Amino acid sequence: MTDTPAPRHIPDRLDKPFTAAVFSWEALLVVVAVAIFAVNSFASPYFLDAWSLSDLTFNFTEKALIALAMALLIISGEIDLSVAAIIALASTMMGMAVQAGAGTPALVAIGLVVGLGCGAFNGLLVTRLGLPSIVVTIGTMSLFRGIAFIILGDRAYKGYPASFAFFGQGYVWWVVSFELTLFLIGAVVYWFLLHRTSFGRRVFAIGNNPVAAQFSGVRVGRIKFILFCLTGLMAGIASVLITSRLGSTRPSIAQGYELEVITMVVLGGVSILGGAGSILGVVLAAFIMGLVTFGLGLLNVPGIVMSIFIGLLLIIVIALPILWRRVRRERFA
Amino acid sequence: MKAFLRYREVWLLAAIVVLIGLISTRFPGFADPANLRQVFNDTSILMILALGQMVVILTRSIDLSMASNLCLTGMVVAMLNAAHPAIPIPLLIVIALLVGLVLGAINGLLVWRLNIPSIVVTLGTLTIYRGATFVISGGAWVNADQMSADFIGLQRAAFLGIPVLSWIALLVIALFFLVMTRTALGRSIYAIGVNPTASVYAGIDVGRTKFIVFCISGMIGGLCGYLWISRYVIASVEVANGYELNIIAACVIGGISIAGGIGSVGGAVLGALFLGIISNALPVINISPFWQMAISGSAIILAVVLNARGERRQGRIILKKAEAA
Repeated sequence: MTDTPAPRHIPDRLDKPFTAAVFSWEALLVVVAVAIFAVNSFASPYFLDAWSLSDLTFNFTEKALIALAMALLIISGEIDLSVAAIIALASTMMGMAVQAGAGTPALVAIGLVVGLGCGAFNGLLVTRLGLPSIVVTIGTMSLFRGIAFIILGDRAYKGYPASFAFFGQGYVWWVVSFELTLFLIGAVVYWFLLHRTSFGRRVFAIGNNPVAAQFSGVRVGRIKFILFCLTGLMAGIASVLITSRLGSTRPSIAQGYELEVITMVVLGGVSILGGAGSILGVVLAAFIMGLVTFGLGLLNVPGIVMSIFIGLLLIIVIALPILWRRVRRERFA
Repeated sequence: MKAFLRYREVWLLAAIVVLIGLISTRFPGFADPANLRQVFNDTSILMILALGQMVVILTRSIDLSMASNLCLTGMVVAMLNAAHPAIPIPLLIVIALLVGLVLGAINGLLVWRLNIPSIVVTLGTLTIYRGATFVISGGAWVNADQMSADFIGLQRAAFLGIPVLSWIALLVIALFFLVMTRTALGRSIYAIGVNPTASVYAGIDVGRTKFIVFCISGMIGGLCGYLWISRYVIASVEVANGYELNIIAACVIGGISIAGGIGSVGGAVLGALFLGIISNALPVINISPFWQMAISGSAIILAVVLNARGERRQGRIILKKAEAA
């Protein structure tokens, strides 16, 4: 009697500890979000109002759209600091097109193409030449915004067509803005891409061990290149939205956004060292940052003081689980 | 390895000489010793900051909060000076160093004790320190007329024909050179950057050394807080906004590897000088200052491309061809 051992069940993914950790992180974010929401509605009578809450979303949708792609990029172990500069360059190009008499569809196309092109440029430098992305994108950050400064100097482009205003100012239905709709669609698309496709698994694999991934037949360079292109494209989309919302372009547009986008991603539980993270976390973090800024705004707290709260939130939310684990380990040791 | 380092700095020096030569063809007075002294003085603060950033980057960390630290410390000493003009300036400098030290120690403790990646910690403190500047100043500025004559005058006083600010820069350069090449701390900093695991086995306390480098970069940020405010004679929340990236750019152009372990005092100084020369030269050769950003961006990219060739490649050479296909 031959005793063939029952085929050992090999799980598709090592779900248990990983999911548990991510779940607790997202649970923590939900708790933080609810707490801030409660404090806000308690502190200001103007907070709990459909239009107030709708205005709130304009605070973060543009940055959050970039954060979706940035999350994938950071999970793969790279980073893009040039996103705000891409916004500036794309916006400047759209401004030039307006002066040349371009219509709304052409403007949108230009914004997206410039964004995609800038992302591809970053991607080429990082993947083809094997350069560290943090340095490359510090360089391209100066380069892209520098080009915007060369073209515009201290002037500004205005005169965008009326139909162009819809993207940044329009509403799809009642209080649901076009920007929010776009962000929610983007969130679903990126969630599917990261958590439900083999592409997403490869992104995680690269972030955890690029060498092992390469030897397993994952085209590390190509996937990283695609991720840089996606991040550039999202920055292009954000550029269309911001330009449409403000109705003008200055070379200093979106200054400092890159750090806010990265804060959002890290707050969302994405490991800055790569290899771990989820889209749900990033979406929650985006809402939390929007809630904090808007709530404090209703209380007449100046923007710069809000940034203290964002900074503290970032450090505390990262430090808490570490301290928590340490306390537990000491108790059981 | 040593040969490589020399090689790189020689090249950077050559690039700077060529740059000065090119500028001289458009504006003959630029290579004048008096003008070069002026350029050095203008770049002093960036050089000092780049050295502080260098020790952090060498240990595979990064300090994004230096410019905010500079802003906060600068505001503290400016407000102290405005409120109590009697406080002697050397004491104010000590206070600036201490405030900077505390801010740096906060970064260092979070990195050391909690093991949070430095980029996350300093991204947080970058916004916190600048926000704190607003809180302590209430958003108000400290203007030139509120500062005492000594506060503004000290760094402008000439000693042996060279302003005190330049002397401070030279002193800091000498100090860093000694620490990096002649002390155990300097060796440990390089060792951690090259191989943290091996450093642990060699008996180096990696966490503590990282704490120390953040204290150093904090003190440098604090010192430059005073220098910056007394040079540009205005203290506001906007001081040095976004300057952290210029500091890192100077390091990168100076050949300091962001992956840690590679870089030298000379490189950081030359990297800062390169940026300083460009920003000084553009106005005199009639190029709009708006070009500066794009030029320094291109310089950074070029510098990384050139530097990457000198750095060791790790593993996976076998698959290089397959990947390219």
